Amino acid sequence: MSIALAELTVGAALPAVSVHLDRAALVKYAGASGDFNPIHWNARIATAVGLPDVIAHGMLTMAQAVTVVTRWTGDPADVLEYGVRFTRPVVVADPDGAELTITAVVGALDTEARTARIDITATFDGKTVLGKARAVVRCR
Amino acid sequence: MDAAFIGRVFPLDEPYLVGREKLREFAAAVGELAPVCHDVDVARAAGHSDLVAPVTFTIAVIAAAQDAVLFDPALGLDFSRVVHGEQRFVHHRSIVAGDTLLRTVHIDAIRVAAGNDIISLRTEVTAADGAAVSTAFSTLVSRAA
Repeated sequence: MSIALAELTVGAALPAVSVHLDRAALVKYAGASGDFNPIHWNARIATAVGLPDVIAHGMLTMAQAVTVVTRWTGDPADVLEYGVRFTRPVVVADPDGAELTITAVVGALDTEARTARIDITATFDGKTVLGKARAVVRCR
Repeated sequence: MDAAFIGRVFPLDEPYLVGREKLREFAAAVGELAPVCHDVDVARAAGHSDLVAPVTFTIAVIAAAQDAVLFDPALGLDFSRVVHGEQRFVHHRSIVAGDTLLRTVHIDAIRVAAGNDIISLRTEVTAADGAAVSTAFSTLVSRAA
């Protein structure tokens, strides 16, 4: 069941989501996505190219961030558009991993198209890691 | 990078077959717990023909098509210096298990900003009958040496 547009107000918050990423999560995403860039699983190579440690795939952070929307709508098919800018890396130390906090608010409503724009904020280590993270959701 | 590549179009002949287990694997890897991504009966009861793809699954569909373009030595992209700048998906319909999808990469722009090489790709994902399924806009940045 999709979200009712009439029940939404701009600025309203969606329930927040917390995500723990460890090295195993990065290896799982590498296999699922086919992105085997070693900076996402090999500390020796990550530090050799100037990174502080292994970093999460930007696409994994992007994918985890939109679950704040799909947990709310219940169906990924309701998300018509989704875009982000990658502004900071998420450093995934071993064994501690990284904690991501995902929050979201209703950014705009389009009563003609019957869609809502959801503005997403992904925070790691006290700083945002995605810019202009926005999803357009089909409503009823 | 070679600016002559701007506007070029690279279709991949091999179609991508969307499998249930790949969708489940991808959904699990990105924390997508929606039952329509895991349980066929729930997906069908919700009006889908089969399991539904997570929002960013398009990236797994297009990876081979984009790599074929980006790793072309004639393009001249230094992949060791590349970071992902922006990513956006426009879904014309949801991807579901059982789909046979075709992928075509368009090089929309190549430019230089602050010494960095920036390439913008648009990858069109279409069904076997040509209907639009998903469009992926990817911006990759090759940092100045």
